[in-house]
Formats: sequence, structure tokens, C-alpha cells
Amino acid sequence: MLIKTRKSGDVRSSEITSESVYQDRRRFLRMGGQFAFAGMGLALAGCSDAADPQSAKKMASSGSGDVPQLSAPDWLQQKVASSKPSRFTTDEALTPYANVTGYNNFYEFGYSKDDPAKNAKNMKTDPWSVVVEGEVEKPGKYTLEDMLKPHDVEDRIYRLRCVEAWSMVIPWVGISLADMLKRFQPTSKAKYVQFETLYAPEQMPGQRSSFSAIEYPYVEGLRIDEAMNPLTFMAIGVYGKTLPPQNGAPLRLIVPWKYGFKSIKSIVKIRFTETMPRTTWVKSGPSEYGFYANVNPEVDHPRWSQKKERRLPNSIWEPNQIETQKFNGYGEEVAHLYKGMDLRKFY
Amino acid sequence: MDWIAKLKLVVFPLCLVPLAWLVNAVTTNQLGPDPANTLTRDLGEWALIFLCMSLAVTPARKITGINKLIRFRRMIGLFSLFYAVLHVIAYLAFMLGWQWQTLLEDLYQRPYIIVGAIAILILSVLGVTSTKSMMRRLGKKWAKLHKLVYLAAGLAILHFVWLSKSDYTEVVIFGSVVAGLMLFRIPIKKRLS
Repeated sequence: MLIKTRKSGDVRSSEITSESVYQDRRRFLRMGGQFAFAGMGLALAGCSDAADPQSAKKMASSGSGDVPQLSAPDWLQQKVASSKPSRFTTDEALTPYANVTGYNNFYEFGYSKDDPAKNAKNMKTDPWSVVVEGEVEKPGKYTLEDMLKPHDVEDRIYRLRCVEAWSMVIPWVGISLADMLKRFQPTSKAKYVQFETLYAPEQMPGQRSSFSAIEYPYVEGLRIDEAMNPLTFMAIGVYGKTLPPQNGAPLRLIVPWKYGFKSIKSIVKIRFTETMPRTTWVKSGPSEYGFYANVNPEVDHPRWSQKKERRLPNSIWEPNQIETQKFNGYGEEVAHLYKGMDLRKFY
Repeated sequence: MDWIAKLKLVVFPLCLVPLAWLVNAVTTNQLGPDPANTLTRDLGEWALIFLCMSLAVTPARKITGINKLIRFRRMIGLFSLFYAVLHVIAYLAFMLGWQWQTLLEDLYQRPYIIVGAIAILILSVLGVTSTKSMMRRLGKKWAKLHKLVYLAAGLAILHFVWLSKSDYTEVVIFGSVVAGLMLFRIPIKKRLS
């Protein structure tokens, strides 16, 4: 069982649709579908709810159930399976595995939300290595096994807030980024950390698109104190199993108080720098996406409001609109990092 | 009943197929975990597709020499308006949950909403004035008024460009179709000189 500590930003369970009401609604919708569309409705509704939050929660803690084990080296599977509960959790309903892995952005594999799941299937994630360079005592090219070996793996359930105003609650498996980075011994000049996604156009159709508004390889970055914050996480699994390629296998960042695009996937390079890295979204639209990209209902995206979010999955009858919380509800842990900064200016 | 009238009886229900498909997809939970967003987007795309088809009637007439095809134009144009109105309703009901405050903010803060709203307004005016009696009443002014459809198409494309985040493939496709259809309307002499 996961140990729950209530943080200031945690949503009270009374604010959440209870799981039984949620289940009833799903059942009702499915029933409607069946009446209206007889056999067809039955067959289709059946495949759309591969995982419900209840069984998902069980799966997350037991590491068994319907979450498939995708191909991954044995040592990595064992590493993920060894994960222990941590203090980072929430009692909010989990977003089902099918949605977490079937509806997301990973533009390297296409621009529709269902493209990554379709196009990332054959992505090669083994062998994998990560280049560590820049302002560190121990630069080099490390195999994934070297990167992960000395660390204990833990479960963390985090809210994920996309800049597009939808959100999910996801049980990740991984290690604290700070623990990982400290091993490379950053020098006093290391003020920022830059991350880079795999560049492999032959595997990633999105990198071949002629009408892409973003440049590849995808680059993200954090200030060193943000990277060293206990919340910042390097994930190697989700729902108790290794990451599917569409979710950033084999190694991805999770920065839960920032918009999802900061949580870079399939990392092949970590670079410590003295100056602020030029990140992909900042290059593509500096007035729309900032380096900090902290979740903040008070600062709208120039083209849409950030005051609310749609918690997924939802239905058109119940849009599941909830208020967006500053720092995605993690203010207690991270607000001090931005003391004295004008967050309207440094969005 | 001539063959055009008969064909119209077939085309009319065909134009409702996208709606039937979407209604089915909603009730059987097939629009993914964020159905409101998907539904709104799909309805908007259908409005744009029908708008393109209505703009294609005149070129089709000239190319085939079948002048009677003009009798499809009003129907297809009205279907564009129909899907555009559903697009707006889906946005208001399922995405905004009828929060008028947010709509007002959107209307004065977000350019893509503003240009979309103007395009819908134009289509509505054209829809209302599409009857035979309105044609008669407006006389020569009718044709002039209905040239506004080009503006509506341009604004619809702009709406699409401004709401796109990263990939412009679809926008480029729709944009080139509309541009092509517009180009057709410039007389050949002008095009060559």
C-alpha cells in the first residue's frame, strides 16, 4: 500500500468524482451505446475501457494485472519491478493505463494524440546510452545500466498538466534526478542542465515532417536548483512496468510542477551549462512558451486560458473541468525556488 | 423530377453521414479520453470541408460544362454553416461548459476565436439570405454579398493556423485547397499576364 502524506495542494477526495459514480456513469454511457447501436456498441465500448482507475490502482501497487510487459531487457524489468512506494503520492483517481499510453504528445512520432502509440511501436530502446557532458567532473558516455545501477527505484504518483489545458494523474516508476546528477559531480559553473531526446529520423516520422514548427532534436532544460529539487524525477516505468516507447522509453524526465512539455522523453544527452539552454519550445514560440513553464493559472497562454484544465478521461456530458493550481499543486515544495521572481515575466 | 433533383435526394443524407458517425463515436466512447476536444475539432474540420466543397461547385461546373451543378451549391453551403454552428455549440457546451465569462474573455483576448467568430457570422448572414425570396429582394446586391464567402474561407484558414501548435501539415493542405479554388476565379487572361 502506498503511504499518503497530504500536501497543501492535494485535491481533497470530496472534490473528486467518486470512483463508483464514475463507474456508474461509464456503465450508463455504455448501456446507452448498446441500446442505440446494439451489437456494435457493445463490441466497441468493450475495448475502450481497457483499464479503470480502480483496477489501475491495484495494478500500480502490485505490479501485476493487465498492464502489458513490453519488450525490455531483463535487468531493466527487474529494476522497475523492485520499486518501492515513496512519499510522493495523491489520492486522486489515476488516469487509466490505456489513456496514459494511448493519448499523449510525442511529436517525433506524429501530431495526433494517438500517433505516438501507433508509430512508436518499433522504436529501438535497447541498447541505450546517455552522453553526460559540460560542466561536470565525470563526463562520458554511460550505458543505461550504468546510469541506473546504484539507485533505488521508487513509485511516485504525480499530476501531469499539459500546456494544452488537459491533465492526468500518473503512477511513475523511477529515481530522483538529483541522486542521479550528483554522481557526475557538477562543477560550480553548472548553473543549468540541458536534456536532449534521441534524434533518429529513420525511426521517428515526425522528425521527417516538412511542416514541423519545431526543431529536432528536442531540447529541454532546467535551472540546477530545479533539477536538484526532490520532486524532479527520472522515470523508467509507468504502472509498475517499463515505459512504453510512446511515453519516452527507456528514460524520461518528470517535472510535475511544470507544463508537460518540460518533461522530455527518451533522453540521450545531459549537458551541464553555465548559460540558460535554448530549449525547443522557446525557439519555436518565445512569446508563447517560456523557459520556466511553471503551471500557473494566473498567466494565460497567449492563445488560450490556463485557469482551468480538463482532467482526463472525461466525457462530453461531464467535461471534468477543474481549477488549475499554481505550480500544479506542488507550491509547498517548489514555490521557494522562484522567490522574488516576476512569474508573469519569467513564464 | 430531373436527375439533379434525384441526385440531391442522395447527396443530402450523405452530407449527414459525418454527423451520424460523430454521434455514434460519442455514444460509444470512441473519441478518446478528451472527447469534447476531439468532437469540437472534428466538427470544425467538417465545416471547412463543406466550405471548400461549396467553393468547388463553380470550378466543377466550368470544367464539366454541366451548369446544373449550381443547384448543389446552396445545399452544400448550408451544410457548411450547419457543421460550423455545431462546432460552436460543441465548443460552448462541452469545452466551456456554458461559462459565458470565459467566452467573453476568449472573444476579446484570443485572435483565433475572434476570426472564427467573424467567419461564422458571415456564414450565418449568407445562410439567412440564401432563400429565393432573399435573392429576389437583394437583386444585384445578392451576388456581391455572397462574395463574402471568400473572406469567410480565408478567416477559417487563419483560425486553423492560429490554433495550431506545432504541425502545419493539415493547415497547409486546407490552405492550398482554398487558395487553388480562389485562383480558379481569377480570369485566365489575368492569370497569364
